[in-house]
Amino acid sequence: MAAVAESRGRGAAVVMVLYLLFLMLPIYWLLTMSLKTNREILGVFSLWPQNPTLANYRTILTDPSWYMGYVNSLIYVVMNTVISITVALPAAYAFSRYRFLGDKHLFFWLLTNRMAPAAVFALPFFQLYSSIGLFDTHIAVALAHCLFNVPLAVWILEGFMSGVPREIDETAYIDGYSFPRFFVKIFMPLIASGIGVAAFFCFMFSWVELLLSRTLTSVNAKPIAATMTRTVSASGLDWGVLAAAGILTIIPGALVIWFVRNYIAKGFALGRV
Amino acid sequence: MDKPLNNRAWFLVLPVLALVAFSAVLPLMTVVNYSVQDTFGGNQFFWAGLEWFEEVIHSDRIRAALGRQILFSAIILAIEIPLGIFVALNMPKKGVWASFCLVLMALPLLIPWNVVGTIWQVFGRVDIGLLGYALSSLGIDYNYVNDPIDAWVTVIVMDVWHWTSLVALLCYAGLQSIPDAYYQAARIDQASRWKVFRYIELPKMQGVLLIAVLLRFMDSFMIYTEPFVVTGGGPGNATTFLSIDLVKMAVGQFDLGPAAAFSLIYFLVILLISFVFYTVMTKEQETP
Repeated sequence: MAAVAESRGRGAAVVMVLYLLFLMLPIYWLLTMSLKTNREILGVFSLWPQNPTLANYRTILTDPSWYMGYVNSLIYVVMNTVISITVALPAAYAFSRYRFLGDKHLFFWLLTNRMAPAAVFALPFFQLYSSIGLFDTHIAVALAHCLFNVPLAVWILEGFMSGVPREIDETAYIDGYSFPRFFVKIFMPLIASGIGVAAFFCFMFSWVELLLSRTLTSVNAKPIAATMTRTVSASGLDWGVLAAAGILTIIPGALVIWFVRNYIAKGFALGRV
Repeated sequence: MDKPLNNRAWFLVLPVLALVAFSAVLPLMTVVNYSVQDTFGGNQFFWAGLEWFEEVIHSDRIRAALGRQILFSAIILAIEIPLGIFVALNMPKKGVWASFCLVLMALPLLIPWNVVGTIWQVFGRVDIGLLGYALSSLGIDYNYVNDPIDAWVTVIVMDVWHWTSLVALLCYAGLQSIPDAYYQAARIDQASRWKVFRYIELPKMQGVLLIAVLLRFMDSFMIYTEPFVVTGGGPGNATTFLSIDLVKMAVGQFDLGPAAAFSLIYFLVILLISFVFYTVMTKEQETP
């Protein structure tokens, strides 16, 4: 804190503290609620739990219909991230290094898919995946989320790749590297932070999306977010359990951001994003 | 820096093309199909031509929803973009404190959208929520369930809470790419803080700002889950935005024809506005 105050002025630190406070207060409130009993939530108003209890968490972690929601969500999110990055890497390379017939139109068309309201696709997706027998599978949700994640991954990676000078490619080819070997051995380490950032965004958008994942699943691949809505409406608002489930959905995201923080902090140094 | 022309690059793009075509073109065809047909249940479909489109364009309810949607997106952009830039400028540049800020700021972005709705639904409640309770004990008459203005304020504050960090993180990334030499040069010239911002930081942030504006516009224009959880589109229709209206129509009333026509018009509106943004902002970039 002292170093911050010296280098950037006290004002900056005050701004950040206020902003972070604004961000954390609602989350803190959810956290305290998850540690209270329903009677305490509805009965007395207090800033922190009077008798902290882990009962709400126990309910979730011992009931398969609850915790399988987390497993399902994690499975399709990881699948989606892997698929998105894998197909986006060569495409982003093509966009950043070459001109080809219709490249600009194609790039913009890809982005338009990021702009399609999920509500528009819910019904046709349901019919499409039902007709090919993929309804209620993890891969169905992973593929559906590619709709908005692949364009985003291409966009981010293209920016990072354009920051790498083309001479590196040419030198590698002169040195006798084949394209795949050059790509994996030399090029990918160079844009490692870009891959990290792209993967982070894919994870994020897939993890938080609810409309499509709920439409495409019923039991076997039901995401945690959908489990929450169902249980809440059935049991007449169990605030404590709801809050605990909410807190648990925040944890995977917090872990992921912790892993990529160095990539981001190192500073997108390679280019214009 | 001219890129070489190489049509074999198409092979590299092919996987993406196949994947996105599968998950975008096929469903979109279905929507187009519905939009020009009528059905009386079962699998009987009749050609309806442009009837549904006319119905949607002339519907007062949908026009009202569109108006609310445009107002909402405009307010969101007007608040989040400047605030995001401001926060990014105040973020520490390196060290533990920087990582700490990054992690905390990214947190709201990684919360599933219905949980975001739940958090604010609870937070704003007058009986059990911190915000609602604090406001009402200050004597402010606040109730997002009954009062349209309060509902709007809640939804907007929620969106600012949720998404400003995205703008800030992108801008921060842009700022990090500015070499120290630029700032040193500015110091030697004794440039004011405003001039450093206007002539060094802002131009360097243009690329990331394009992304930030586009993302924020598109997502705020398609917002569904959060206001649905918090207000359910109410009170009355006060916070019924386009997506909420569309889902009501497609799933609630099962009006496939009008819903499909609505979807297409909705999609085209987003496309058009995004294209304008994209063109304007990339033009600015080319002429420094």
